[in-house]
Amino acid sequence: MSVIELSNLSASFGGRRVLGPLSLTVADGERVALVGRSGAGKSTLLKLAWQQCGSDIALVPQDLGLVPALPVFHNVYMGRLNQRSSWYNALSLVRPFKKDRAEVCEVLQALAISDKQWVPLASLSGGQRQRVAIGRAIYQGASALIADEPVSALDGPMANRVMELLSERFRSALIALHDVDLALRYCNRIVGISDGVIALDEPSNRLSTADILPLY
Amino acid sequence: MPFMSAYPTVRVSLLFLAIAIGCAFFADLSITAANPWKDLGNFFLGLVTPDFFSYQGLATALLRTVAFAFVGVALGSVFGFLLALAFKWTAVRVFCSVIRSVHELFWALIFLQFFGFHPLTGVLAIAIPYCGIFAKVYSEILDEVDPEPSRALPRGTGVVSSYLYARIPQCWEQIKTYTAYRLECGLRSSAVLGFVGLPTLGFYLESSFAQGLYSEAGAMLILFYLLIATIPLWLRRQTLPFYLAAAPFCLGDGFPIVWGNVSRFFTEDIIPAPLRQGDGWAGLADWFADIAVTEALPGIWNTLLLTQMALVLTGLITLLVFPLISRQFGNRPTRVGGHVFLVILRSTPEYMLAYILLQIWGPSMLPAVVALALHNGGIIGHLVGRQSSSIGLRPDAARGLSRYGFEIVPRVYRSFLALLFYRWEIIMRETAILGILGIHTLGFFVDSAIQNIQFDRALILIGVTALLNIGIDKLSRFIRGRLALQTLPTC
Repeated sequence: MSVIELSNLSASFGGRRVLGPLSLTVADGERVALVGRSGAGKSTLLKLAWQQCGSDIALVPQDLGLVPALPVFHNVYMGRLNQRSSWYNALSLVRPFKKDRAEVCEVLQALAISDKQWVPLASLSGGQRQRVAIGRAIYQGASALIADEPVSALDGPMANRVMELLSERFRSALIALHDVDLALRYCNRIVGISDGVIALDEPSNRLSTADILPLY
Repeated sequence: MPFMSAYPTVRVSLLFLAIAIGCAFFADLSITAANPWKDLGNFFLGLVTPDFFSYQGLATALLRTVAFAFVGVALGSVFGFLLALAFKWTAVRVFCSVIRSVHELFWALIFLQFFGFHPLTGVLAIAIPYCGIFAKVYSEILDEVDPEPSRALPRGTGVVSSYLYARIPQCWEQIKTYTAYRLECGLRSSAVLGFVGLPTLGFYLESSFAQGLYSEAGAMLILFYLLIATIPLWLRRQTLPFYLAAAPFCLGDGFPIVWGNVSRFFTEDIIPAPLRQGDGWAGLADWFADIAVTEALPGIWNTLLLTQMALVLTGLITLLVFPLISRQFGNRPTRVGGHVFLVILRSTPEYMLAYILLQIWGPSMLPAVVALALHNGGIIGHLVGRQSSSIGLRPDAARGLSRYGFEIVPRVYRSFLALLFYRWEIIMRETAILGILGIHTLGFFVDSAIQNIQFDRALILIGVTALLNIGIDKLSRFIRGRLALQTLPTC
């Protein structure tokens, strides 16, 4: 069974082909790291993958897609908007329910930002915002994840902790990562993109850092 | 000017200037009053010797003015918001552009025919055109919101939840600011509705003027300015629910609705006379031709003359007054004075200003042109002045007139033109309505048709006015597009 299935995908921007044609399938249980130089087409690939995949999947886009005017709680709560009625959501906007508060708090604790639950997003640092967007994806409770550089603004130990958490909470994933060590450690398959096409596709346990570096 | 004319903005400005000068040859701009300056002097004397206690109804008039504004603007904003959510449908956009192209006073004149002097007349007269404006502006604000958050929502999120979480919070501040600004406009509209007989400020102002009681009129104007200038003090988040709850009970009773009038209006009054009298299609064609030749065409001609002159004079006044509040000129005291002056200009509804000038100078197009230009020049001057304050100049930049001509005007000219063209349609709406005061624009013919109980004619002429407004709006968009001018919706 596959979670993401892309066949003969291509994309052009301003008349110039930036991606493809390429085909990529992510099977259930596979955690795929997308590696490659910036501008290689990783973000475009992730955007198209998100447009074509099913509903049981969470997204952490590169620009995070957070709402600066709302507090952290609501930004995380947004992960389950589709599971509640409009009335429930409208009420939660004014006064969140206790059960949801506890659940969101649990996610934020795992990300070490539970003290920021009621802080307006605008006052958070870049790394904290990134963790809020990850919190939203985790809170959604989907089995698969599409993420574009989800830990780029986090320091080493925190990046490891968050990647660890993502592997616990999502059975399958397609994650763009520029940190090759993180990719090898937390993903079981590496796909290298170069000039818009797949230049490398191997299980992580058959690769070392040196095998990937030529892509950069 | 061989160099300046290379700029498209300058060429367009010169073209409009030439058109306005051409219009001035065809327009009647005479002062007909026997003693115009004496009356003007009396009026200003009244302003400096206001009499707050001669008339007991003053407090009630203010209360009604505020109440009509609150109820009308609140209804308009709620329904406008709902329509904004459906703004992608052409039918909704056309509907909104039609209802906002008909001026509040025309709506009031229509509703007066069947609801009579019932509070509903005033409320709907404000709510309907405001609803159309709110729908347009809210949808523009919503469109400019960052779309990323709604893209990142989980699949299957409902439309309502998606708006509530991903869109509205992002523009809530802007929506609030714009709605508060519109409430200020609503207060002006509400005051002006008094001129057609509703129990707001305009009604009492007109009767004071008619009796030559300038001190009483002066008191009303001063209270009105205070009311508008103190909005930030009394309109707070905590007090708003109270005002909204209380306003519907402060509208007064008026007269009860006679439902027979309502049904007669729709089944008889607005049916074109030839059809009502059984003259057939030939009669209808003659009837239309008659309206077109004797009323619509002269009305359109005068409306256009007045609009073009007022538009250019507005521009000239803007360029004259914006330095009064700009940080690039003068000092703190002169700027405070400038602010007070501009607040007075933009808080006085053009209709009220035109009425006052008409009383003083006698009937011609002159009072209307001056009133429109002063009011709109005050509004645009405020916005341009504020923008010019934020320009950072090099330390050794020229001062005074050279700074004005070489440093500031070239920098603000594009946004000045954008704002001016944005208000073109608003000036025309207002021009048409000034006809009610006796200037032969479209409003004059609408008003006369209503006086003669010819509602069929009145509705046709209101429709013509609406089409003219929509046409000017399109033309203005086209010119702004060609010159690549951008405006914010809040003006």
